[in-house]
Amino acid sequence: MNASSSANAPCGPEEGETPSLQGPTADMIDWTPVCSLDALIPDVGVRALVGEEQVALFRLSGLGEVFAIDAFDPFSKAPVLSRGIVGDLNGQLVVASPIFKQHFNLETGSCLEDAAMSVRTYQTRVVAGRVEIASGLSRGNGEGR
Amino acid sequence: MDLPSGQSSVADHQVVVVGNGMVGHRFVELAADIPGVGVTVFGEEPRGAYDRVHLSEYFAGTSADDLALGTPPEAATVHIGEGVQEIDRDAKTVTTTQGRIVEYDTLVLATGSYPFVPPIEGRDRPHCHPYRTIEDLDGIQASGVGGAVGVVVGGGLLGLEAANALKNMGLATHVVEFAPGLMGTQLDDGGGTMLRGMVKKLGVEVHTGKNTLRIVDGESSRHRMEFADDTALETDLVVFSAGIRPRDELARDAGLEVGERGGIVIDEGCRTSDPNILAIGECALYDGRIFGLVAPGYEMAKVAAAGLAQDDSVAFRGADMSTKLKLLGVDVASIGDAHGRSRGASTYTYIDERERVYKRIVVNKTGKKLLGAVLVGDTADYGMLLQTMRSELTLPKHPDALILPRRDGGGMPAGAVDSLPDEAQICSCHDVSKGAIVAAVCEGATTLGAVRSCTKAATGCGGCAPLVTQVLNAELERQGVEINTDLCEHFPHTRQELYHLVRARGITTFAELIEKHGRGRGCDICKPAAASIFAACWNDHVLRPKHAPLQDTNDHFLANMQKNGTYSIVPRVAGGEITPDKLIALGQVAKKYDLYTKITGGQRIDLFGAQVHELPLIWRELIDAGFETGHAYGKAVRTVKSCVGSTWCRYGVLDSVGMAIHIENRYKGLRAPHKLKFAVSGCTRECAEAQSKDVGVIATEIGWNLYVCGNGGMRPRHADLFATGLDDATLIQLIDRFLMFYVRTADRLQRTSVWMENLEGGLDYLKSVVIDDSLGLAAGLEAEMAHVIDTYKCEWKAAIEDEEKLQRFRTFVNSNRTDDSLVFVRERGQRRPAFADELAVEV
Ligand SMILES: Cc1cc2nc3c(=O)[nH]c(=O)nc-3n(C[C@H](O)[C@H](O)[C@H](O)COP(=O)(O)OP(=O)(O)OC[C@H]3O[C@@H](n4cnc5c(N)ncnc54)[C@H](O)[C@@H]3O)c2cc1C
Ligand code: SF4
Repeated sequence: MNASSSANAPCGPEEGETPSLQGPTADMIDWTPVCSLDALIPDVGVRALVGEEQVALFRLSGLGEVFAIDAFDPFSKAPVLSRGIVGDLNGQLVVASPIFKQHFNLETGSCLEDAAMSVRTYQTRVVAGRVEIASGLSRGNGEGR
Repeated sequence: MDLPSGQSSVADHQVVVVGNGMVGHRFVELAADIPGVGVTVFGEEPRGAYDRVHLSEYFAGTSADDLALGTPPEAATVHIGEGVQEIDRDAKTVTTTQGRIVEYDTLVLATGSYPFVPPIEGRDRPHCHPYRTIEDLDGIQASGVGGAVGVVVGGGLLGLEAANALKNMGLATHVVEFAPGLMGTQLDDGGGTMLRGMVKKLGVEVHTGKNTLRIVDGESSRHRMEFADDTALETDLVVFSAGIRPRDELARDAGLEVGERGGIVIDEGCRTSDPNILAIGECALYDGRIFGLVAPGYEMAKVAAAGLAQDDSVAFRGADMSTKLKLLGVDVASIGDAHGRSRGASTYTYIDERERVYKRIVVNKTGKKLLGAVLVGDTADYGMLLQTMRSELTLPKHPDALILPRRDGGGMPAGAVDSLPDEAQICSCHDVSKGAIVAAVCEGATTLGAVRSCTKAATGCGGCAPLVTQVLNAELERQGVEINTDLCEHFPHTRQELYHLVRARGITTFAELIEKHGRGRGCDICKPAAASIFAACWNDHVLRPKHAPLQDTNDHFLANMQKNGTYSIVPRVAGGEITPDKLIALGQVAKKYDLYTKITGGQRIDLFGAQVHELPLIWRELIDAGFETGHAYGKAVRTVKSCVGSTWCRYGVLDSVGMAIHIENRYKGLRAPHKLKFAVSGCTRECAEAQSKDVGVIATEIGWNLYVCGNGGMRPRHADLFATGLDDATLIQLIDRFLMFYVRTADRLQRTSVWMENLEGGLDYLKSVVIDDSLGLAAGLEAEMAHVIDTYKCEWKAAIEDEEKLQRFRTFVNSNRTDDSLVFVRERGQRRPAFADELAVEV
């Protein structure tokens, strides 16, 4: 079983600096190349292995960004979230777990049905047509695993 | 035989009930609750009370147990198969056929009536039967065996019902009526003529104005009926249905007042001329009239029970004999003064000879009140017209508006139900008023099903269901409850509406659908629904890239995801028939990939535990061995279960396996709002459990019987008999239409049972659409089905032949590793996912 170990390294912006990104600045991050952007069909998730962690990646139609969250569904405890249907609910971008159908916000990782549950999210970027994931750092904190 | 009984010895008022028919039973249910009253019932028939109104369904396979009216209340003692022979009014006792003498404080006569058999010479010959009890029907059924022709004497309501039964038994059927028209009691001449034409068209010969003189030995058949006009008719079976006569013999012998033409005279409290004796139901005569329907009988039971409880507030003041029924597939209704005999009455008539509709209303002198109506061919307005008459509503300025077709949308004029008073009786079988339905809605019953279960409305003959729905919807609207049938937040449409949009506008992608008819990006509700609509309309391969984002994972990977994220695989085994070689091939594949193997309830084999990347490898081997996908992952046709039928079974009548394979191969791949299950049994012993399936087929001596809308699962539902005695081609034709109509009109995730229950008009409506093609849809439905069948492809075969599609079957996008987070445990020689407490604690 993999576990989230280095999830919450607190790397907030330095005192007095104007942050260019919410969270750690781009050049402080260890980026892991994952796959070409073309390998992602819009609105269909894939699973990637980043180190020993299973990450669900989503490219949404009409958006340039790629979203990444932990592939493990905290309810079923199975690595299935890349295989859920994506869409929007009340203006939030979500993926629905294929096992028990809870929805997770792709940007924050929080579960819409149960505020106490959430999954980790990862920063991503696209460089020269390749998708990269921020390894070791997360935008949000997985809970409920 | 005595049914279970409770203690009635403490009661200080002993009530004895003679007759355990429908009305007697209802009375006992009501009276048993009254404190201090003990109830003893004697019923002459060899079984407990049963639903005589639905007696004819016995021929269609409804068992005597199904017809039973439920066990009598604890507090009543019921003696079955024991009649009452004599009443001693002075001693206040009755003597039974078993010599028992029982004392009473109050005696209730609920002896019903007996069928009138005209004094025809030869009426006692074998194979001549009345039509009143289950035993009569057993006799008719036995006489039907080996016969070819059947005659019903009597062209009234019951006679036509009996004719329908004979026709369904496969007999050439005739109706012989003494009067010049059919259903003379209920219909006027115009209605009778229209009905006659329709009945003839259905293949039943009608002979009116015929006086039968005698029945003698036949030449080509068992009997020969000779008529007064020197004509004759050969037949194997005669059913008498020439009216009923009240069973008043006990009352007569005891010196109670009876009517000139029979019937025990009662007053408003259902009391006979002896105040200690009451009479209720068909044996009773009120105001010179007999009431041959169950609703007035129930009303009398209520009045009698209230009287026992010292409640004089209710009284029986007659009942109107309005009726609505479906005879031989023809809708007929009669309300109030159908013949227009009231003084000063005038009528409006609407006749449509093409569609065979006849409607007539009778209005009073001023044209402001409705007195009666006759409806043949279209009875949709029955409930509303009946209430308009009973509540004495003021008619619109042009009363013909009530019967003229409303072509723009149909339904009753807006607000019509609003004008009904709260006391208006909506359901006459269970006496449910509009007020009671409204109250139920206020307490949270917001669907027809909920109203049904908490008020009993529309659970009797079901004829009032459309009106109940209107009352329900009007009340919901009044409460400002928006009846939201939207699929989800992205589409302000039902699945059915979307289906029509997709088909009518030729829409083939979700992007186009949501852009033109929805908003946002979609979700896990509307996307799969749209995918299933596209599949049903265009039979596009579900793995086409444009559809990929719409599929849930099972459809996406063409396998069933299990709780640990691995998949199971179910190849098609049509009809459950499999060769040893294929069985071996399955075993070899399962062994090679270490798949947990289990036989399913649908007679196939399920292989569990495959990872995404293994799916195409496994399928390549399965396809090489001759297998096809079983669609276990889809809302689609699953299995056709079958028994071995005539191939091996000594009882088998037809080749159930052959038919099952034929059906499964025909409909495999059909996408639907929900999964569809079928079964075919080789005889009525029903080993394949066809009556618990969406589509069930049972072989009989005269062809296939088709059942629809059953299901197992959480809310099991017994399927309804849909059609009988079908040949192969007709069976398939009806299933084609039924399935396509379901695919077209059902809501997302609505199984056939719920879909049918929610159709206004229910089973009868469904029959009219599918069998009689009342909406003119049949040809279109068949063509759509033909398209689906012609374009069928095994999705797995298509997938493994397409490099691009194979791309998606990777466990990780960036690695060829397999998922080593999966943990299995071996049990009984196979592996299964580990339970949480079996996992090494490692977090
Ligand atoms: C085929 C058919 C279809 C019908 N369809 C409809 C319909 O669609 N709508 C409708 O409203 N009505 C219909 N009816 C009529 C309806 O069934 C009757 O109105 C209703 O059953 C009357 O109930 P009852 O209790 O008065 O009589 P019954 O149901 O006849 O019960 C009387 C019982 O008393 C018993 N009995 C008689 N004498 C004695 C005795 N001395 N001792 C002990 N027991 C005795 C009889 O054996 C019988 O069981 C139909 C009837 C038939 C036969
Ligand atoms: S349903 Fe009839 S034919 Fe089929 S196995 Fe059972 S007994 Fe035999």
